[in-house]
Amino acid sequence: MIGIVNYGAGNIFSLTAALQRIGVDYGMINQVSDFDRYDHIIIPGVGHAGAAMQKLRETGLVNDILQLEKPVLGICVGMQLLTAHSEEGNADLLAVFPLKTLHFDQRIQLKVPHMGWNSVRAENECPLFQDVPDNTYFYFVHSYFIEYSAQYTGAVCEYGLPYSAAIQKNNFYGVQFHPEKSGKHGEQLLLNFSRI
Amino acid sequence: MLAKRIIPCLDVKDGRTVKGVNFVDLRDAGDPVELAWQYSEQGADELVFLDITATHEKRKTTVDLVKAVARQVNIPFTIGGGINEMADAEVLLNAGADKISINSAAVRNPDLINQLANAFGTQFVVVAVDTRLFEGKNYVHLRGGRDKTEIETEHWIKEAENRGAGEILLTSMDHDGTKNGFDNGLLKKINDQIRIPLIASGGAGNQQHFADVFQYSNVDAALAASVFHYGEIRIPELKETLRKQGITVR
Repeated sequence: MIGIVNYGAGNIFSLTAALQRIGVDYGMINQVSDFDRYDHIIIPGVGHAGAAMQKLRETGLVNDILQLEKPVLGICVGMQLLTAHSEEGNADLLAVFPLKTLHFDQRIQLKVPHMGWNSVRAENECPLFQDVPDNTYFYFVHSYFIEYSAQYTGAVCEYGLPYSAAIQKNNFYGVQFHPEKSGKHGEQLLLNFSRI
Repeated sequence: MLAKRIIPCLDVKDGRTVKGVNFVDLRDAGDPVELAWQYSEQGADELVFLDITATHEKRKTTVDLVKAVARQVNIPFTIGGGINEMADAEVLLNAGADKISINSAAVRNPDLINQLANAFGTQFVVVAVDTRLFEGKNYVHLRGGRDKTEIETEHWIKEAENRGAGEILLTSMDHDGTKNGFDNGLLKKINDQIRIPLIASGGAGNQQHFADVFQYSNVDAALAASVFHYGEIRIPELKETLRKQGITVR
């Protein structure tokens, strides 16, 4: 059963709907004692990374998230929170990954936000992409990106530059795109996570 | 590569699809959820619902519709129509809408764009603009193109971007319904001036019109209604046509 960290950063209706469609049970994590009820954890997130980090701190769940040994999946801003720092609000984050979240603005000539369906190439045998064909399109909406890392990148996206569409380290995973909005392959990815 | 998006637009009233729909395999052509699901199966990249529900009391049916679509459809969707203030938008966000589109409310109260972007993020805010030529210049029009304003379309779109719009949906009322193709010249001009995604709307009549608008103006997405609803263009074939001409599609 998947526990969703409920810290008020964005709407999670679409995520819970996707879990329902693939038949995966879920519940909400509002306090520390809730972690025990779930074997997989999702950290969702939409909006401003600095503001989201502030909200997450206010829940008092941060230390327990860092101690988790269960599989954890950060989605979009939830993924960015797993990095060390974001240029959005110049915010220090959870630092599970020694990576930076950077702004597209000065680094590429293309439109910002990066919005729409972009192809993704899995790397480092990332288990999230099992049964997902190479160069599958996923749905992205974001203005900040996580730098590429030969060690931690689980999938690469090219948008003006190569960056991390997915990251992985031990039991921690993150995806920049929205699997809950990415058609059948997105649902497959959520199913894959539930089976790790 | 980022794919060019194909977006069917559905008009809904009191929770039902209003324009005629001619899909042979549809059980209930008036059910927007079933229609949305069909389009996502066919490979639509995104959906836009335009709510033309007249009365405030019936707006609850729109919220129920948004919830039903968010539950059953696995691609992003935008809902527009009748959004006049923050509270309207928040209800739709919580019901599962990925984006809202605002049109005349933004023209009447441009600060609404800033407020929505600050509260919910720029990615949530689509500014829809209806434009029509008047003495050689494009002006923003309201009420489906009936009411001309004094605001030049180019200026308004720049302002909307600066205020925090995440995307622009530009409908040429001169091209809408003609089936003679999109307003490629205007779309290129606008697209070259902004750094947020631009959705082309108005004038699609055949597959080549989509190829033309992408190749000529490089817009990010193209929207149409009747050509999809009446089955005149099927999305899998449209995407094949685009792919053959070197346009990146999903």
